[in-house]
Amino acid sequence: MAVLIVGAAAMALKSAGPVVAGGRELPPRVLPLVAALAPALLAAFVVTGSFSTGRSVVIDERALGLVAAALCVWGRAPLLVAVVAAAAVTALARLV
Amino acid sequence: MSSDRPAAGKKAGFAYGVRAALPLCVALVAFGASFGVLARANGFGVMAPIVMSLTTFTGASQFATVSILGDGGGLGAAVVAAILLASRYLPIGLSVAPVLRGSRAARFGQAQLVIDESWAVANRGDGTFDRGTLLGAGVVLYLSWQAGTVAGVFGGNFLGDPRDYGLDAAFPALFFVLLVSQLKSREGAVAALAGAGIALLLVPFTRAGVPIVAASLACFAGWWRR
Repeated sequence: MAVLIVGAAAMALKSAGPVVAGGRELPPRVLPLVAALAPALLAAFVVTGSFSTGRSVVIDERALGLVAAALCVWGRAPLLVAVVAAAAVTALARLV
Repeated sequence: MSSDRPAAGKKAGFAYGVRAALPLCVALVAFGASFGVLARANGFGVMAPIVMSLTTFTGASQFATVSILGDGGGLGAAVVAAILLASRYLPIGLSVAPVLRGSRAARFGQAQLVIDESWAVANRGDGTFDRGTLLGAGVVLYLSWQAGTVAGVFGGNFLGDPRDYGLDAAFPALFFVLLVSQLKSREGAVAALAGAGIALLLVPFTRAGVPIVAASLACFAGWWRR
């Protein structure tokens, strides 16, 4: 039951925008709003994914992984390298 | 880092999306498997977790549903938690609406391939999205998630905990790399700071999912100044 309700809700949330307003150009006035949505959400993903566990704000091994990713960006490494480096550094830090 | 995202005004395409999503395949298979394992351990059987991955296709909501019900929480609590976690797809869906063309049914279908990661790699940085990249990355991530779920449901815990491999850190790393190129403009930097600030401030006080959807309001920072 829960599986069906949650599935239907997720499908509805994802498709609401595209089904109602799909294929239409945005009004120029709204474009800067959408442009700013990406950095706002990306930054929120980064901080919650790196610095939170449940309802606690924490600094743990993932922070070192994020530092590794930042160093890769600084060294102009490809996306793949940055992602693998973050995972590897986090895993290693958890071992010690 | 301009090579890491579709350039403004340029078509990056389906193949680019496939390539951009590959770094996350392993992480999605592993977390899909751990979802399958958790769902089975919590008494959901074989079909329910597979159907859930096929339809819901958003990890956080799926984990929340099976863990809350597995811990004896009620149906209402599980559904509310899952919907809060998926609420960010309302603004995300609206932002990609212009590039999802076709009939109503086609748009509905394409919208199901949208998740945080496919949305992030398809973002051109100017308020527009690359349709091919969105769908290419979406297909790869969707298939990885299904493969992982099936492996977890039938194969059990052979992969171990994805956290042992640091795979939970792969997602913020991807988002960070994609974020950096957005910080060059003043508006981008302001929105990023506001989004990060809102999310972190709300983490201790709200239910999971709320900090993210609230952070999407940060796109209004600076808007009224124009």
